[in-house]
Amino acid sequence: MRTTARSFTLLLVAAAVVTGAAACSAGGSSAPGPQASGATSASTPTASRATAPEGTITVFAAASLKATFTQLGTEFETANPGTTVTFSFAGSSDLVTQITGGAPADVFASADTKNMTKLTDARLVSGTPVNFATNVLEIATPPGNPAGVTSFADLANPGVKTVICAPVVPCGAATVTIETATGVTIPAVSEESAVTDVLGKVSSGEADAGLVYVTDVQGAGDAVQGVPFDESGTAVNTYPIAALSATKSAGLAQAFVDYVTGTEGQAVLSAAGFGAP
Amino acid sequence: MKHSPGHARVPLWVLAIATVGALFVVLPLVAIVVRVNWGQFIPLITSESSVDALLLSLRTSAVATVLCVVFGVPMALVLARTAFPGQRILRALVLLPLVLPPVVGGIALLYTFGRQGLLKEPMNLFGIQIAFSTTAVILAQTFVALPFLVLSLEGALRTVGTRYEAVAATLGAGPTTVLRRVTLPLVLPALVSGAVLSFARALGEFGATLTFAGSLQGVTRTLPLEIYLQRESDPDAAVALALVLVAVAILVVGLANQAGVRGRFSAGSLS
Amino acid sequence: MTLTFSAALPQRRFDVSFTLRHGETLAVLGPNGAGKSTLVNLIAGLLAPASGHAELEGEVLFGPGVSTPPHARNVALLAQDALLFPHLSVLENVAFGPRSSGASRRTARSTARTWLAEVGAAGFEHRRPGELSGGEAQRIAVARALAAEPRLLLLDEPMAALDVAVAPALRSMLRRVLAHRTAIIVTHDVLDAFSLADRVIVLDGGRIVDDGPTRSVLEQPRDPFTAGIAGLSVLHGIRTAEGLRTTDGDELRIAGGEDLEPGSACTLAIRPSSIRVSASRPAGAGNALRVGISDVEPRGDLVRLRAGALAADVTPATAADLDLGAGSTAWFAFRAEDAVLYSATR
Repeated sequence: MRTTARSFTLLLVAAAVVTGAAACSAGGSSAPGPQASGATSASTPTASRATAPEGTITVFAAASLKATFTQLGTEFETANPGTTVTFSFAGSSDLVTQITGGAPADVFASADTKNMTKLTDARLVSGTPVNFATNVLEIATPPGNPAGVTSFADLANPGVKTVICAPVVPCGAATVTIETATGVTIPAVSEESAVTDVLGKVSSGEADAGLVYVTDVQGAGDAVQGVPFDESGTAVNTYPIAALSATKSAGLAQAFVDYVTGTEGQAVLSAAGFGAP
Repeated sequence: MKHSPGHARVPLWVLAIATVGALFVVLPLVAIVVRVNWGQFIPLITSESSVDALLLSLRTSAVATVLCVVFGVPMALVLARTAFPGQRILRALVLLPLVLPPVVGGIALLYTFGRQGLLKEPMNLFGIQIAFSTTAVILAQTFVALPFLVLSLEGALRTVGTRYEAVAATLGAGPTTVLRRVTLPLVLPALVSGAVLSFARALGEFGATLTFAGSLQGVTRTLPLEIYLQRESDPDAAVALALVLVAVAILVVGLANQAGVRGRFSAGSLS
Repeated sequence: MTLTFSAALPQRRFDVSFTLRHGETLAVLGPNGAGKSTLVNLIAGLLAPASGHAELEGEVLFGPGVSTPPHARNVALLAQDALLFPHLSVLENVAFGPRSSGASRRTARSTARTWLAEVGAAGFEHRRPGELSGGEAQRIAVARALAAEPRLLLLDEPMAALDVAVAPALRSMLRRVLAHRTAIIVTHDVLDAFSLADRVIVLDGGRIVDDGPTRSVLEQPRDPFTAGIAGLSVLHGIRTAEGLRTTDGDELRIAGGEDLEPGSACTLAIRPSSIRVSASRPAGAGNALRVGISDVEPRGDLVRLRAGALAADVTPATAADLDLGAGSTAWFAFRAEDAVLYSATR
């Protein structure tokens, strides 16, 4: 029984490595003898931790990290030949539901501490989560800012069609925090359940303004125009990352976490508009 | 399962595969029922936001169904009873929302009725603003539900044929009288089941609404949108509301079947 | 002329012209595909001709650049199937025509009752079409067509879908209501032509191949098709309470023909295929005649036995079993409902 399970795992790892090798060779670099080394790392995990990480990991990351983490993944693979990083991007709470349900994830990067806490409480995280980025809200307007929004207080004007996130999702919770802190109440025309939906309403010109993260404004390029406001500092969103206890490649998972929190990772995140932790 | 004598028996392996298929459909429904927090069920589904969402859903779906009947009946008649160049293409286009991902439908509606859409000039002229209004929800629902009515009614019109209409015309009945007193009564069962299906489709509409109408309690946040939102914070509420939606859907499908049975019965008496 | 008709439809190889006098009943005979239904549909307005002109009582049905829609033609159509509206009661079905021409609900219903009584269907008012037999439904369809007060009544094979047992009764009823009515009856059954029509036209390949008074066309056919279908057995005699006393003194029982005066001169027609032939007098109370065979002629898969004005079609096997030849005697038997009786003076 044990041997069967073992050889099956071996087969899986081998298959994964072969796929990874194919991706590498497509990129132009040559990976010497990946099958053999992959098999070695699976059969002797302690040995692989000591040497350079190899193998495949799956990273579950908040949707707002899609652009930066896709870039980080490619860079990580280049820096560590023989490794493959695959991603699953979705809302943080969705990902938590999936991980709790047994989804095969090695690393989890959350858009807020609340969702990470759900996993640590469930003892699904190995070690302590590390905060790797922060994000604040910004006003997004259609190109040209047709309603002339210049401040957070402008959003209280009923003539300005503002779309925000619903209070139950993280960006909406941040919005409520700022409203409470400033005493400004936004008569929103819609309370969306995802940042992308807010962004979509603004970029299509349906709404005059939307409250999204700085990184979302930056990621949307020319489709929207950002209006920063000072009060955004009252609701700073912190992004934690952690390797998961269920991982079969603990070494590689930890290496990725280290990469994100290290110099290279921070540079990419900062370029995308994220703040330092 | 009983086999009445005289009916052809189904091979066992067919029965086995059918059972697997049925389980595939039924088990997820059972899973919802099992997952419901029954102790909190009533408070969860009677919360202000839940009741608002349910009432909004029923109200908008009802209006959307009326719109489907008003526009779908003439469309089905034109498709079933006339011939003109390009009719096949038109028919395919009209039925497109059946296979289109609803999100795409929402985007298309946005580019038509939105503030920057195709009809922005005439709409500005009359001061009509549809975005983020209940009207937008109704438009989205009508868009996705209309093909169901057109399709089921067109099929029925073709099945009934034109022989009764020809007889009625030779008896001196003008086209409108024929439509009112012969054609529509003959396809009434299909019209009813088509309308019920449209209502069901409108009730379940999510993607186009989310994209086109937004999400605001009591205005545009229908039951599916409320479920989607509650799932983020309160899975118990989401599951309870999902069960309510399933119950309404079962009720509606039951009604449609009922109408279908009556339809087959009267169709049988024709021959 | 009540009706003048001339139309061509090249894609169906149809080219027909004829006229019809007021009160005349015309039978249109012909093989399948001869253009009989095309003719009916052109007159009813369910089909448009490529060219031609038609007028009914001075009003144009169609002509170059004109086409009156079906509902404005005053032409009622009775088809092979009764096609009663299944969602309406019998009374509402019959009242449909009057209602469509603007009569009040009350007037329309009273007209409908009159016509139901006329076709012998009084008491059926509140039945549903689904509850009727084929014969009953066709009676009510006749009432419905007549209640619309058409200037011209078209009957397209009205008895083709009916049980042979109910056809004689319907035929009698039709003879009563069609008397002095302008009507066209399409049929493949020469019995219908004999009993219902004043005049016959025979269509073949989309053209008229024979036209004239019923008796002269069918008794001296000019066209092979007419000759084929007109090969009827004919017996002359006097109407009795039960049927007919032949000039040879045989008493026959015939269904239908109630409208013929007892004692009047009548003719009985019967199809050769409806006559059973046997060597000795058949058992039972049916009609049977002792005849002398005058001729035996092969006709396709069958053998036609002639005995004077009578003819019977049998299989070659039967002919061989009975060992029949010219000069031998045999019994011809037929059922009361297979014969049709009509006035000899017509």
